[in-house]
Amino acid sequence: MSLLAEMTQKATDQGIPLSAHLDITWRCNERCVHCYLDHNGEGEMTTGEIKDVISQLADTGTFFLSISGGEPLLRRDCFEILEYARELGFSVKLKTNAVMIGAAQAARLKNLGIEQVQISIYSHLPEVHDAITKLPGSLRRSLQAIRYLRAEGVKVSITNVLMKQNVTNAKAVRLLAKELDVEFVVDPTITPMFNGDRSILNLGISNQELDEIFRTEEFIGNVGEFCAPVSEVDEDVLEGYSCSAGHTLADISPSGDVYPCVQFPMPCGNLREKSFRDIWFAISLRCRFPVAPIPLHWLGQAGVHPNSCRVRCQPSV
Amino acid sequence: MPQSEKYLTKSKTVAARVLGDEVIIMSTADSTIFMLNPTGTVIWQAADGNTPLSRIIVEKLCEQFDVPVEQAATDAEDFVAEMAAHGVLVVSEEPISR
Repeated sequence: MSLLAEMTQKATDQGIPLSAHLDITWRCNERCVHCYLDHNGEGEMTTGEIKDVISQLADTGTFFLSISGGEPLLRRDCFEILEYARELGFSVKLKTNAVMIGAAQAARLKNLGIEQVQISIYSHLPEVHDAITKLPGSLRRSLQAIRYLRAEGVKVSITNVLMKQNVTNAKAVRLLAKELDVEFVVDPTITPMFNGDRSILNLGISNQELDEIFRTEEFIGNVGEFCAPVSEVDEDVLEGYSCSAGHTLADISPSGDVYPCVQFPMPCGNLREKSFRDIWFAISLRCRFPVAPIPLHWLGQAGVHPNSCRVRCQPSV
Repeated sequence: MPQSEKYLTKSKTVAARVLGDEVIIMSTADSTIFMLNPTGTVIWQAADGNTPLSRIIVEKLCEQFDVPVEQAATDAEDFVAEMAAHGVLVVSEEPISR
């Protein structure tokens, strides 16, 4: 067992979500065609409220913190929030479209000791990327930001969300990532919108395309390992959890709603009304699914890796 | 000649969290993860830049783990040297203000 897996297991055994995803705003300066947010939201926590949440997460034992959005840098206090999280010892990742990152911001992120900046790049072609983000010039600005970040030595990861309109660009984006000396992650996950609208699922790539992606070494690494048949369900599996929802990852909205997972839009309590610890304890009890909440037919779907999650859960607990 | 004191402080470049009686540490430089055992955790928590290592050994390690000073000192010195080499702990012969 790797050290990270060991840590996660120990935290899970103690009811601690080792990771948290904190959206500090749902406002955004891009309007990506596949986004699951409607960008209206229900108000945002104040700087003080967010710091209190971060403090509660630290007290609970959460270690990995993703600051996300919307576009988190649209908040004027984004750096203050990042700084506070680092002061409390979190390993912090920033998920951003990076169009607001210039040389000065890159230097600040370096000084803060941010673990990684995660940026979505949809294509190497401006006409494709910008058509997805609906922000003219966004590819140029995002790539310039990546260069600033790399010049400072900040680790960067490019996430390449695959859709019908950009799937053929994936290999070129991977080469671009290599040229920029950044991590490359391919993500075929298109999920329904938070409000339940499923129309954006039509943007997703076909099972045949997904099958090809999942059998291409440059995208997923060791194909044999990645596509290995699902192992038999033994006692360890039966005693374990089928996914991280409600166990290892907490998701928090800008208004303080707590969810069991980013893909599980069931608000389980609000941090303006209850403590994180109380809400999480209730969530972890509700999420004690038996091992088979993942319908078996998903596992047999062409090209779908059994460990990947490509749906937004329909809560039925 | 008396041996000089050592003062320890946690590096600002790491992320760290106490989990039970252990500490998880991640270097932001190279993402290396460390998990400190209870002894290492005690040293980590006492590394405030002002308490000399000799006092940490006597007042914390020997008290909490019921080990002789010599053994605790050897183990602590090794641990501190290793953590300093990884950039996790900052070591100085003078108190360190942050």
